[in-house]
Amino acid sequence: MNIAGELGVVYGLLGAAIAVLFAGAGSALGVGIAGQAASGVVTEDPSKFAKVLIMQLLPGTQGLYGLLVGFITLSKIGILGGGGVEVSVQSGLMILAACLPIGIVGLISGIAQGKTAAASIGIVAKKPEQFGKAMLFPAMVETYAILALLISFLAVSGIQL
Amino acid sequence: MAVLKMQKISICALKKDRKAILEQLQHLGVLEVDRDKEEDAFFQKMDTTGQRMKFEKAATAADQALGILDAYAPEKKSLLSSLEGKELIDRELEEKVQISGPELIKTARGIYDLDREYAELRAGIAKIENQIESLMPWMALDVPLQEGKTKRTALILGTMPGELTLENIYSILLEKTPEVMEKTGGVDVHLVSAESNMICIAVICLKEQLQTVEEALRSAGFARPSQNWSKTPKEQKEVLETEIAASRERMTQCEAELKSLASKRKELQAVADYYRVRADKYAVLGDLLQSKRTFVISGYIPACESGPVEKSLTEKYNCMVDIEDIEEGEEAPVILKNNPFSTNMEGIVESYGLPHAGEIDPTTIMSFFYVFFFGMMLSDAAYGAVVAIVCAILVKKYPRMSQSMAKSLKLFFYCGVSTLVWGGILFGGYFGNIVDIVSEKFFGHTVTVPALWFVPLNDPMKLLVYSLLFGTIHLFVGLGIKGYLCLKDGKVVDFICDVVLWFVMLIGLILMLLPSDIFASIAQTTIVFPAALNTAAKVMAAGGAIGIVLMSGRANKNPALRLALGAYDLYNVTGWLSDALSYSRLLALGLATGVIASVINQMGAMLPNNVIGVILFIVIFIVGHVLNLAINLLGAYVHTNRLQFVEFFGKFYEGGGKAFEPFKENTKYVDVKEETTL
Repeated sequence: MNIAGELGVVYGLLGAAIAVLFAGAGSALGVGIAGQAASGVVTEDPSKFAKVLIMQLLPGTQGLYGLLVGFITLSKIGILGGGGVEVSVQSGLMILAACLPIGIVGLISGIAQGKTAAASIGIVAKKPEQFGKAMLFPAMVETYAILALLISFLAVSGIQL
Repeated sequence: MAVLKMQKISICALKKDRKAILEQLQHLGVLEVDRDKEEDAFFQKMDTTGQRMKFEKAATAADQALGILDAYAPEKKSLLSSLEGKELIDRELEEKVQISGPELIKTARGIYDLDREYAELRAGIAKIENQIESLMPWMALDVPLQEGKTKRTALILGTMPGELTLENIYSILLEKTPEVMEKTGGVDVHLVSAESNMICIAVICLKEQLQTVEEALRSAGFARPSQNWSKTPKEQKEVLETEIAASRERMTQCEAELKSLASKRKELQAVADYYRVRADKYAVLGDLLQSKRTFVISGYIPACESGPVEKSLTEKYNCMVDIEDIEEGEEAPVILKNNPFSTNMEGIVESYGLPHAGEIDPTTIMSFFYVFFFGMMLSDAAYGAVVAIVCAILVKKYPRMSQSMAKSLKLFFYCGVSTLVWGGILFGGYFGNIVDIVSEKFFGHTVTVPALWFVPLNDPMKLLVYSLLFGTIHLFVGLGIKGYLCLKDGKVVDFICDVVLWFVMLIGLILMLLPSDIFASIAQTTIVFPAALNTAAKVMAAGGAIGIVLMSGRANKNPALRLALGAYDLYNVTGWLSDALSYSRLLALGLATGVIASVINQMGAMLPNNVIGVILFIVIFIVGHVLNLAINLLGAYVHTNRLQFVEFFGKFYEGGGKAFEPFKENTKYVDVKEETTL
């Protein structure tokens, strides 16, 4: 077997890395943006801590979705749980492609959701009773991360090695 | 499923009963007072701002005092004390507080004064400490720290920049004031102390030359000390130190006094509330219309309360009570009333917006879907059990918590039960796959708890189809409610055009989709309909679509515009598609919980099988699952809300009603125990 033929598992791992890396980075940026706004509110009114903390956490889910896809990819290509799986170049590249949606959408939606969460924290600061509505705006952004997760997940679990 | 029926009530009574009637109404707390009545020639409003301010100030004073007491003698509170709710006090204490109110307020002011004195003393000590600090360089001086004189000479003290030495100073003086240095006795400079950045010097010279010498020195950076003392630095320091000691002692006294006053906390709380309630009463009083001998109070009252209130008022007092129904379309304040299960979801509806006039309360229908979807999204039996048990314990343990808090906890209790059912029985998830991991790791053979239905991770497409099915049912129910509302208002044309036609078209489209290849590949089963049904589906879809194009723009007279609007409305079918697809989150969030839980378990499983390994396993298990539970609980909550608010309410519900805000005893700390008249 030549070296090029053994690259399949590497592509698969690259896919898992992309899913975790980009989605995680998106969440980190998003949670960071929201956290700055949240700290500003807490300096003024520490009693709103719990509410703004929830808001700050909302963009954190993309990272989890990335982790999820990364995890099932790792177990698919046999890196977790003992190996013994032959991954052809073609299926490796397919797995890599399957990981792209959650990686890229996770990155972009994480940042966008962070900005929306920061704006929603502004709502909570001024009108704490509108918490329920404020929470919805970031959740709207998350829908697209969920759709990407779904396709990535279905694709990875659907690929026959 | 109801908005409580409201009525309008007007009470006209004699002024002599004013206080008693207002107090009774405030105690009952069932009347929202109408405050925007117009004045006229007979009925005038009374200015009560003065009294109101007085009571508000008293309440604030008590609040402030309580805040101070909390700082000096904090009450022991557990983390969950915010759940405890207001304290219940007996009537005896309340009466005592009412009598001794002014005295208690005096105590409150006393507490405030003590706190201020304490702060002032502390500031004073800091100031004295600064003075001692500035004295320190002069400790070697054994004359008073001020300008000194003998018959012919003068002494000045001061500081100069640190790099100078005595020789430098003499040479500066020689250069600047040669006549002084050379002709008369000159100048004597003593070094008192030297530090790196400044030196302290004592300068003795002839009285008449003092000014010249000082000016010469000043040009080189000489400055007199900022303070003069009539005692030597050493004595002065002792004086200052005794002052500090005295202040400290007084501070301890203040603190002890404040601590001893902490026993008054309960009374202060009661009195703060007492004055708050009275301030509210005077605020209402100021908005009432009053003639010479009578007054009128009017407002909204729930229909179920109006009878008893009328009866109790007319029995006791000489008054007229007039009750009338709300006119059609008038925006009355809203109270939701639901069965014991659904009432817990009222907060969710409230956060979207209460129903406005003519709308129905969606709480009951929503509550079942809410719990159903929540369970699907969290979908882990153990997580569900944890949530349900924690909520149940909290509700039992703190019976006096605020009503809205109790409702939220009960909501999560039901959601937890639903999660238990979904996760455990249907999907076989207990902390992810903890049973498999533990049995394999510690007992050598893998035990899997079987799922009664199927495991979503092995068959995600199946669950996706079910998610979309539940979503479609949810959406159809929403559209159905819209139809019901149209019929209730007698708008039959609207019902047929906006609801029936859509149902016909959508059902037709679904029936066309089911036997298609796309669906077969998703659901992995092929559905074959008889030919007649396939034809019927096509006819329904086409008929519905044509009907919508023709009828949607019916408000417009222009036929071209009407068709254009109809075609645009037909475009909404994409909205239906995206709404239905939105329910795929039921699958995605459920998977997220399960897979991340498995990741945590997997991490634990990688540890060696010894004592330390087991301990670390337990730590990872607890920390990991608490985090996963928290974040997925948040996710399930947010996304269940979203499905209700955007997809479901979007079909029929607007909201925007005003909440019922009764005139009641709005207390902050305590509730008074009801008298039992046995």
